[in-house]
Amino acid sequence: MFGYAEGLEGLALWLPLIWAGLIAVAVIMYVIMDGFDLGVGILFRPAQRENWRDRMMISVAPIWDGNETWLILGGGGLFAVFHLAYAVLMPALYVPIIVMLLALIFRGVAFEFRFKADASKFLWDASFHYGSLVATFAQGVVLGTFVQGFTVVGREFAGGTFDWATPFAMMTGVGLVAGYGLLGATWVVMKTTGELEMWARRKAYRYLLGSVVAMAVVSVWVPFLGVEIEERWFSTPNIYYLAPIPLLTALVAFGVWRALVNERHYAPFFLSIALFLLGFLGLGVSLFPYIVPPTITIWEAANTVNSQLFALVGFSVVLPVMLGYTAYVYWVFRGKVAEDLEESGYH
Amino acid sequence: MELDAFMLSRIQFAFTVAFHIIFPAFTIGLASWLAALEFRWLKTGNPVFKNLYKFWVKVFAISFGLGVVSGVVMSYQFGTNWSGYSDFTGNVLGPVIAYEVITAFFLEAAFLGIMLFGWNRVGDRLHFFATCMVALGTLLSAFWILSANSWMQTPAGHEIQNGVAVPVNWFEVVFNPSFLNRFSHMVMAAYLTTAFAVAGMSAYMLLRGRRRGREMGQTLRMEGARRSLSMATAFAAIFAPVQIFLGDLHGLNVLAYQPTKLAAMEGNWETQAGAPLLLFAIPDEEAEENRFEIGIPKLGSLILTHSLDGVVPGLKEVPPEMRPPIWPVFYSFRVMVAIGFLMLFVGAWSIWLRLRGRLYDSPAFLWTCVAMLPSGFIAVLTGWFTAEIGRQPYVVYGLMRTIDAVSPVTTGAVATSLIAFVVVYAIIFTAGTYYLVKLLRRGPDEHEVMPGGSLAERPKRPFSAAEERLPKGDVGRERARDRDRTPAE
Repeated sequence: MFGYAEGLEGLALWLPLIWAGLIAVAVIMYVIMDGFDLGVGILFRPAQRENWRDRMMISVAPIWDGNETWLILGGGGLFAVFHLAYAVLMPALYVPIIVMLLALIFRGVAFEFRFKADASKFLWDASFHYGSLVATFAQGVVLGTFVQGFTVVGREFAGGTFDWATPFAMMTGVGLVAGYGLLGATWVVMKTTGELEMWARRKAYRYLLGSVVAMAVVSVWVPFLGVEIEERWFSTPNIYYLAPIPLLTALVAFGVWRALVNERHYAPFFLSIALFLLGFLGLGVSLFPYIVPPTITIWEAANTVNSQLFALVGFSVVLPVMLGYTAYVYWVFRGKVAEDLEESGYH
Repeated sequence: MELDAFMLSRIQFAFTVAFHIIFPAFTIGLASWLAALEFRWLKTGNPVFKNLYKFWVKVFAISFGLGVVSGVVMSYQFGTNWSGYSDFTGNVLGPVIAYEVITAFFLEAAFLGIMLFGWNRVGDRLHFFATCMVALGTLLSAFWILSANSWMQTPAGHEIQNGVAVPVNWFEVVFNPSFLNRFSHMVMAAYLTTAFAVAGMSAYMLLRGRRRGREMGQTLRMEGARRSLSMATAFAAIFAPVQIFLGDLHGLNVLAYQPTKLAAMEGNWETQAGAPLLLFAIPDEEAEENRFEIGIPKLGSLILTHSLDGVVPGLKEVPPEMRPPIWPVFYSFRVMVAIGFLMLFVGAWSIWLRLRGRLYDSPAFLWTCVAMLPSGFIAVLTGWFTAEIGRQPYVVYGLMRTIDAVSPVTTGAVATSLIAFVVVYAIIFTAGTYYLVKLLRRGPDEHEVMPGGSLAERPKRPFSAAEERLPKGDVGRERARDRDRTPAE
């Protein structure tokens, strides 16, 4: 892998690797955590009873804000240590990013407004649902665009405003809706009881099927994009080392299905997370070490050593504390949501 | 003015920041206000404070929500619309912004959940701890973002290498020359904004209570309104003068580091000794002079240099294309200062009334408080206009011009996104204001369930009887009554 970083040694070699790992973790945390609450939003309109919607929203209301903060850390972290990538990627992804931000606004305000509204509650139901749906689709488009690569000249994006609008990116957009839908449905299974739980279980089967199909289609499609990803996966001996990833993915997908059939409460959600992690691993293997595929590597995009070190000092001190209290908050709000709204402790 | 991607990006940034800034400014103060209320509740056991907390936390939740959603937009706009800026400043400001995220945003977001939804799940002390952590988070957030903003105004601790800024001394970057001035001035502005919002709201409830007479259900609410009016006006009385002092210090800093901005704020064209303090003028950028000047001779020099004949820089020191737009800087600065002095006046008035025991009974004062409710927001916005427009044509003062900071995006894309932002913000701002007004009109709930016994469990009659007998504004006896009311827990 150091073929990409020739002539570099010491901190200049290792810091970008450490930071790439940290940012990957931030993005994974975001995708999983905001993934399940966006997924709850995706399920929101189909959930026809008002009490169901109230309980679904209560299940994520105390934690969604923290979940979304990982998105800011992903963007902020990129700016902090790979600012060249940030400066190139953001203009290239202008349209899907702005669409995502606008959709996240509708999703976010719905939490507060919905509980204050009387007659207009249905508007914030729609705001929550479509906000979540559109934000998810936009994130999927960003993902697809990332895989297919960017046109870069010098230190600037040199492509067009609509370079992202390809069939492949539309497909990853739909795929992510299925994926977040699966996370959301299995979350609702875990956090609720009675008829709502059973309903979410039925939804989870469909989103599981959708996710598996999407992952398979991406795997088959990528070689046709004409990027070097294909060579990495199918040349020998790589194919032997990498074969466990798709095999394991298939196994975990089967596990989610089994856990749903066996009416387990926690397993469907955590196995769905494992499915996401494997998908992420596959992407990592495909794209490493590019941070702006297929031209800018993590070493080329990295900030100065001084800058990376300053941020790393803070991260090593603050991150464990932060993870600690984040976990504590999840612990405080553990367990199933009460069927009676008053008991669930809404302010 | 050509509406190209550059100009549209500027409008978009100004619009989205101006919208965003009012919510953090409010929630910084509100978070501390909530911590103060909860502290007094834990200390005294007086249900009035808990009732007030439960009311203001709803206002906080809406404002915080609007701040969060508009803040996420800000964190991506540096890249989407200002990639030149991101490339140039990334080494220096990237880590500063990242510190804001990991020290402040996560803290706020995590403990906000407990604050809003945790009453039945954690103990009172832990709940109070959560409130304090949210308050701390808002202050930390202000610390880092003002450090970044100050660096853009008075950059320090860096070198230029290969055309980009590279950090050499982090202490100098974070604590750059204008940082402490800007941080203290902004936090104080946030606190005063909240104080006047709370005072205005409480005065409104007292006025409404007077109109309706003393209904049975009004007592706890009225008591809360009195308490919060007292606390908020006391705060204003003490800190409005402090803020004017901090503003003066900040002005000296601007004189030292950003003379052109200062010249625009003062409306001063010629560098001169013994400059007047202009109360009003119409600056004419074409003729490079002011029309209809009304000023106090020599006072400008006295304030800025602490000497009657001190030299104050003029705009003509630099060529016209290096000057900021004069009008917005000149007028917004005057609006901010005028509000500062109005706050000082209201604070002083409140002391006078308090000494005479008439703080809650002067309709003129109460109506003034109601009228001053939005004053802090206006002062924050105009102060921010002064600082940011005054920095032009630079985005990083003296180092990078705004025109060089813009992204390679098309005019069409920016125009579309700008329209979308305006429409979406108009919708959510209207809805947010609607729900806030709805909350404020309803006021605090009368029967909140409290740990250690709900209000309903306490005997009601002596409670309201005490209220009936109490002579208006008798502060000493009011205190005595509070002691009587304190439940023995």
